[in-house]
Amino acid sequence: MIASDNRTRQISDEFARFHTGLESQAPPWLTGLREDAFRRFEDLGFPTTRQEEWRFTNVKRIVETEFALAERPAPLSRETIAPFVLDEDYLRLVFVNGHYVDDLSATDATPHGAVVSSLSAGLTDHPALIEDHLGQLASDDNACFAALNSAFIRDGAFVHVPRGVVVERPIHLLFISTGNSSPTASHPRNLIIAQRDSQATVIESYVGLNDGVYLTNAVTEVSVAENAFIDHCKLQQEGGDGYHIATTQVRQQRASRFSSHYFSLGGRLVRNEVNVTLADEGCECTLNGLYVAAGDQHMDNRTRIDHAKPHCNSHELYKGILDDRAKGVFNGKIYVHPDAQKTDAKQSNRVLLLSDDAVIDTKPQLEIYADDVKCTHGATVGQIDETAMYYLRSRGIAEDLARSLLVYAFANEIASALELEAVREHVERFLLAGQRLTEL
Amino acid sequence: MLEIKDLHARAKETEILRGINLTVNAGEVHAIMGPNGSGKSTLAHVLAGREDYEVTHGEVLFQGKNLLEIQVDERAGEGLFLAYQYPVEIPGISTKYFLKAALNSIRKFRGEKRYNSAEFMRLAKEKMEMLGMDKSLLDRGVNEGFSGGEKKRNEIFQMAVLQPKLAILDETDSGLDIDALRIVADGVNSLRGADRAIIVVTHYQRLLEYIVPDKVHVLADGRIVRSGDKTLALELEEKGYALVDGEREAVPSPA
Repeated sequence: MIASDNRTRQISDEFARFHTGLESQAPPWLTGLREDAFRRFEDLGFPTTRQEEWRFTNVKRIVETEFALAERPAPLSRETIAPFVLDEDYLRLVFVNGHYVDDLSATDATPHGAVVSSLSAGLTDHPALIEDHLGQLASDDNACFAALNSAFIRDGAFVHVPRGVVVERPIHLLFISTGNSSPTASHPRNLIIAQRDSQATVIESYVGLNDGVYLTNAVTEVSVAENAFIDHCKLQQEGGDGYHIATTQVRQQRASRFSSHYFSLGGRLVRNEVNVTLADEGCECTLNGLYVAAGDQHMDNRTRIDHAKPHCNSHELYKGILDDRAKGVFNGKIYVHPDAQKTDAKQSNRVLLLSDDAVIDTKPQLEIYADDVKCTHGATVGQIDETAMYYLRSRGIAEDLARSLLVYAFANEIASALELEAVREHVERFLLAGQRLTEL
Repeated sequence: MLEIKDLHARAKETEILRGINLTVNAGEVHAIMGPNGSGKSTLAHVLAGREDYEVTHGEVLFQGKNLLEIQVDERAGEGLFLAYQYPVEIPGISTKYFLKAALNSIRKFRGEKRYNSAEFMRLAKEKMEMLGMDKSLLDRGVNEGFSGGEKKRNEIFQMAVLQPKLAILDETDSGLDIDALRIVADGVNSLRGADRAIIVVTHYQRLLEYIVPDKVHVLADGRIVRSGDKTLALELEEKGYALVDGEREAVPSPA
């Protein structure tokens, strides 16, 4: 692929500039990490649909677009970001085009001992901690975009919750892309470390501010130590010309809990991976997701749960709503290793197709190498339930409104599971507006 | 209020209603009884407008209008209400949201002003109190995870809020314990009035001790084979539907 080769060369030049520029002050281990990652990126090249992992998602448009590394833009006002601030009481880190903006952030109420800061600040203040964890979870051996992210690590969020500490206030990581006259890319890199017996809630949201083509290529690493609990929420609301490629990589230790609530509500082409390794006994893992696509949007959702040890439970429900010519992909793998007896894993993907031209490729995969396990998976693809339609209509609700309510209801099953009120209301407002139900 | 003339209806290829004639006047309560498979539920759903049934012959006038030509949702607007035998679960949408949408749809149809949230809540809470229902139900998904009795009570609650002109209760009593049955009956009785009518479709006489009907009809094989006053229900209770089977033979169906 010539386009791909040209593009790789451009990125190579960019990487050289990135390296010799601002980032030349980096500690040697980080420089090494970036260089290794860049070599892997060069070796891998951009994926094509001939690769099984990318069969349903064509990244040609990303490859053919000359994205330049996004610069720090002119300062944004508080009013500008207000619509994206979920709750003023949340701890908040704001990034604009991948650059941390201290003025818009709010970290004063961070409990003693915990760290909620930019990754760049963390590199100065807690270098050893970051060196120990960064890049340890997100294996980019076979992931071109994750490798690219690692090569261009500059900033992102750093959250460290020490042993026994509970961060009561949710931590909101807000990534704003301003959209520019020419295409830009940012590579946010987040590191979340929850030590033993700790607890925190982290919300990542990605939003587009203006029109304009841009790429967000994000990686989040989450380390959940023994008996710790991380509640993770992600709101993907990129702009109409935004491309969003992201991986959340999680490793859980003994008796830890991790829950993920992913809402894919924006963007033009989106691919989101959540990979969880249940590395020790007694872990609980919940992965919920909702993808809502219309027009020509493409949303690829991938999850992988590795049950490495016995007595772990995983519970996964992804729902999709596809309208117009939208395309959705769901690929959920549950891998039960030989050691992982007494695994209890449930996975389900349910899709609502609202148009004849909408397409879903759904591929649940169970690979089980232990013999005493309980694993189920299922996928349903359908239209609006006629019985429910009749029930609503027989109560006086006109057909259009009944249909909207049922689409909303289908989506809201995921949203209503959110314990965070501000996030739940944010998602509900989006869903209501999408179904033109605001007047209710 | 309601006039059914020689109504025939089928589901797929099977004819289920085979010539129903029934007149219900405002202020009346009618009970329709009959064995399983006699067509009771079909009649209820044909009146509500379910598309699974095809009306092949006959006429239904509701307040002088040709009911069969009116859309399902507009029938509710006109004042028809069906309490389902098997209410549908709709997770993801709260009872509050759903019922407010229903109430305002009906009000809009009638050219009445929308109820705002406060007005709706006042009405809803009043009716819930009357039916001894827990207010938390309003925030739960419609019928989601409800027991059979809770679902039936929720139907009566919806009916109480929507205040229909003609309420049809499709086996609302089956599966209810005596306390729930009394509550349902209270709800229905509170709706009784000179300008309303109620049709109680039931398999059992028990409900009719609490909702005393003006007329009782026995449906068998898609036809009303006997009509009478409330004593007919007692007679059926004593003698069972065998009574009806005997009569059916005595009244041969026209070919």
